[in-house]
Amino acid sequence: MKDLFLIDENDRVDGVDKVTGKAKYFAEYQLPGLTYGVLVTSTITKGKITAIDSKAASNAPGVLAILSHLNKPSVPAYEQEGGAKLKIFYTDEIHFNGQPIALVVADTFERATYAATLVKVSYNEAIFNTNFEASVMDSQAKKLQGQPPYKRGIENAYKTADVQVEQVYTIPIETHNPMELHGIIADWKADDKLTVYAKTQGVKSTQNTLANTFKIPAENIQVNSEFVGGGFGMALRTWPLEIATVMASKQLKKPVKLVITRNQMFTMVGNRPAAYQKIGLGATKEGKITGISHTAFGQTSTYETFTEGVVGMTKFMYDSPNVNTNYYVVPLDMGVPIWMRGPGEATGAFALESAIDEMAYALNMDPLEFRVKNDPEKDLAQNKPFSSKNVKEAYALGAEKIGWTNRKQQPGSNGDGSWKIGYGVSVGVFNAGRGKASVKGVLNTDGRLLLQSAVSDIGPGTGTAMTLIASRLMGIRVEKITFELGDSSLPPAPSQGGSSTLSTVGSAVNDLCVALKKQITELAAKVNMEANAHFTEVLQKNNLPSIEITQQSQANPEAKNYAIYSFSIHFVQVKVHQLTGVVKVSKVVSVADSGKIISPKTARSQMVGGAVGGIGMALTEEAILDHRYGKYINNNFGDYHVPVHADVPEIETIFIDKPDPIINPMGAKGMGEIALIGFSAAVANAVFNATGKRVRSLPITPDKILEA
Amino acid sequence: MINFRYIRTTALKTALGLINKEKQSTFIAGGTNLVDLMKKGVTTPEKLIDISNLPLKEIQLNNNVLQIGALTSNSAVAENAVVKAKFPLLTMAINAGASAQLRNMATVGGNMMQRTRCPYFYDITMPCNKRQPNSGCAAIGGFNRMHAIFGTSETCIAVHPSDMCVGLAALDAKVRIAGAKGERTINFTDFHRLPGDTPEKDNHLQKGELILGIEIPSNNFNKNFHYLKIRDRSSYAFALVSVAAALDIKGGIITEVRLAMGGVAHKPWRLIQAESFLKGKAATKANFEQAAKMEMNTAKSFGENDFKLKMVPNAIIEALTLAKDKA
Repeated sequence: MKDLFLIDENDRVDGVDKVTGKAKYFAEYQLPGLTYGVLVTSTITKGKITAIDSKAASNAPGVLAILSHLNKPSVPAYEQEGGAKLKIFYTDEIHFNGQPIALVVADTFERATYAATLVKVSYNEAIFNTNFEASVMDSQAKKLQGQPPYKRGIENAYKTADVQVEQVYTIPIETHNPMELHGIIADWKADDKLTVYAKTQGVKSTQNTLANTFKIPAENIQVNSEFVGGGFGMALRTWPLEIATVMASKQLKKPVKLVITRNQMFTMVGNRPAAYQKIGLGATKEGKITGISHTAFGQTSTYETFTEGVVGMTKFMYDSPNVNTNYYVVPLDMGVPIWMRGPGEATGAFALESAIDEMAYALNMDPLEFRVKNDPEKDLAQNKPFSSKNVKEAYALGAEKIGWTNRKQQPGSNGDGSWKIGYGVSVGVFNAGRGKASVKGVLNTDGRLLLQSAVSDIGPGTGTAMTLIASRLMGIRVEKITFELGDSSLPPAPSQGGSSTLSTVGSAVNDLCVALKKQITELAAKVNMEANAHFTEVLQKNNLPSIEITQQSQANPEAKNYAIYSFSIHFVQVKVHQLTGVVKVSKVVSVADSGKIISPKTARSQMVGGAVGGIGMALTEEAILDHRYGKYINNNFGDYHVPVHADVPEIETIFIDKPDPIINPMGAKGMGEIALIGFSAAVANAVFNATGKRVRSLPITPDKILEA
Repeated sequence: MINFRYIRTTALKTALGLINKEKQSTFIAGGTNLVDLMKKGVTTPEKLIDISNLPLKEIQLNNNVLQIGALTSNSAVAENAVVKAKFPLLTMAINAGASAQLRNMATVGGNMMQRTRCPYFYDITMPCNKRQPNSGCAAIGGFNRMHAIFGTSETCIAVHPSDMCVGLAALDAKVRIAGAKGERTINFTDFHRLPGDTPEKDNHLQKGELILGIEIPSNNFNKNFHYLKIRDRSSYAFALVSVAAALDIKGGIITEVRLAMGGVAHKPWRLIQAESFLKGKAATKANFEQAAKMEMNTAKSFGENDFKLKMVPNAIIEALTLAKDKA
């Protein structure tokens, strides 16, 4: 029998810690004298605070302080021009409903929670607007250019094509809502010394933001974030609520913990912006694309502008001589959005990949065949060759696995009785990047290797992948390797986002191992040992307890000559109930063309998680506002529907697993985003194939099937 | 949440004495809804009387009547052997509700007493006649996708959220109630009420009364039954529309039929017209379709829930079909 605690080289290095509770998340740190903050939030959507009556709250048991703009604690950066767009507790201005306007700190969480209900706020309310779709339609409503317009060939060439598709696709606001609530513990230890326990996708980014905000040297700020209970993008910045907690700790000279509520997770830590997209697609009767036009609108806030890559994929995914794109954002009286897994590319892919499917049916072609026919040989937008691309192979492997031959071209003709069966396919693509990172390695005579880098692991298994890279290069078993992360004092690494960690930090680990091996070889030569002697013996013979190297690594300049992307193909089978409108995803095959696979088990987890997120985006997730009040009304896990287990079938994943020759020494590309990008279109396309009903507005809830 | 006092008792008499003595007091059992309401400030009791330990947890079949104590957990009822064998529609309805964790905590009485999940009821900064009489109804003209189409009033269009109660309404259950003046028994379908001018009242339980239990008369509905719940995800979501259907079919003819719906009214909605139409008729699709249609003449939708006018008859037909086809 297999020993349960014997490590399989594929297992997560922190798996046992996570399932046994040994892994400590930020909110679990118990500091001596810890105090607890609870936020008071705005109940109006726009206007000014006229008064805050905190007398009753101040007198409530255990209350230590109430921070607001009325007693604004000094934040040096707030006195300067520029910087943070939302300066917390700085002015009387309200920009959105649920904006934090005061922080009550007490000796227990319960007392702080109760006292926060006693703070009475008066307002002068102004006219506001939270209605995205109405604002898109309203020619008078303010719109900002989100990205310069792009044009290749003739503008709107689709309008003169043999066959044309012109449709509008919309997605609602989605919220990240990782299981772990957002927050921070701040411990202002001395006048210029701060330690925080954070939930962050970048410990160095948090460190720099706090240093710039409070004007103390970055090296005086220690950021700890060893384990993160999910991020999906929402922890890519330091939010005002974190600044408020640091302020409170500085003023009280005590450690302060703030963990926001599930309700508050909807308003003050970002969201996937709602989007309204128009696609025009033209093709010859033979099925060759002649023009693509894509105009997108995304939601942003009035106080800070957020843009993302909604129309990027449209420029290069298909072999069209004529492409034009435009992207605008609509400022509304709401909290600022932030990248959510797959970010803008997932939004854009829903529209583009739905329209591609519509065109295939308009041509009476198999949508898979139509895609293959229009697959480009090079990136026409950048005019560069792809570093590697195996999309056609991915189409074929996925089609085989899902049983694409069982698909019927005529919509609504598959299935019996009440349940109709349909198949859909869609493509996802995301830039495969590589940044700059440093890793320190310490090789010991006891045979152990310690690796350290200030990267975060929000769940993909970064520590596991890094350990595997080192293990294979050094020939050291994984249980003898420790990878330390989530600590700002370690050698710098970028934030975990945009599917670039494996490529960036993995390359640094790779280069470090190469340097260590070189040094071992030199040391061996020095004491007349064979070049392949074991490093423990080489160190002993040299009388060295250990050797230590810090290695920085960054992209090869040659990479600039190539278009480097990760690709995914999602195949979905759905069952749609004719009478009730219920849609069940019954089969999923996701194929990743993302270079060499380093850690098969966690790579599979990435793809499975992306598919589950994709099912949510396609069928269930929608954050709903009542525009009369500017408020979210389904701001809890009962009413905001993330998929449950029963919504998720078994998910098959296929990896092309061919190294990319350009991106990095491992030939590995990221896959966090492509796991989700395009998935929702595959579901919508399958629903059309099952029923002949085209739903262009996510999520595809039962009522939309009945009304379509 | 405000500070509150808490007392636990094991005696029915003590519980009734306490609730009648203390004005701002309320009973608590599983607390799966009440605690949420307290956290949100919707309900602010000064004293909680914990009745979890009262001896009201028996499930027994006596003289062809199934008796279920009010403090039996939802899962205990659903998993009870007699219930599964003789009243499987109730098991199916209970298991369609909430999540396994909630069903383990929630009691039968508490399930009946749970409040609507209308979002405006839960947000104390918004108007809601049910929470605060005469403050207005934000659901009318607002988000009303989940709301009622039958028996609504100008003051309230909320729905009762329970699945279990839809099953009980279909099964001709009765409710045993204890009060200061003694015991009374009422029909389950008379327990909950329509909003009218007093939407703050969900049911006919009087202040100081306690639900003792449920009684269900024996029936022949353990072969052809179905609880259909249409919702936005497969579990842990309230019904857009649900239907409890029970048929007694002899030689292709429906000799008895019960139909009740959830997600459509302020109370579990019994379909009396459809039942009397179907009784004595053949169990055919055409008859099911006609029965479903005749219930719709009193329906009224409010914009976002317009789809229910189509979904409700479809759901009735589907539930009857699945009940009929049950092996």
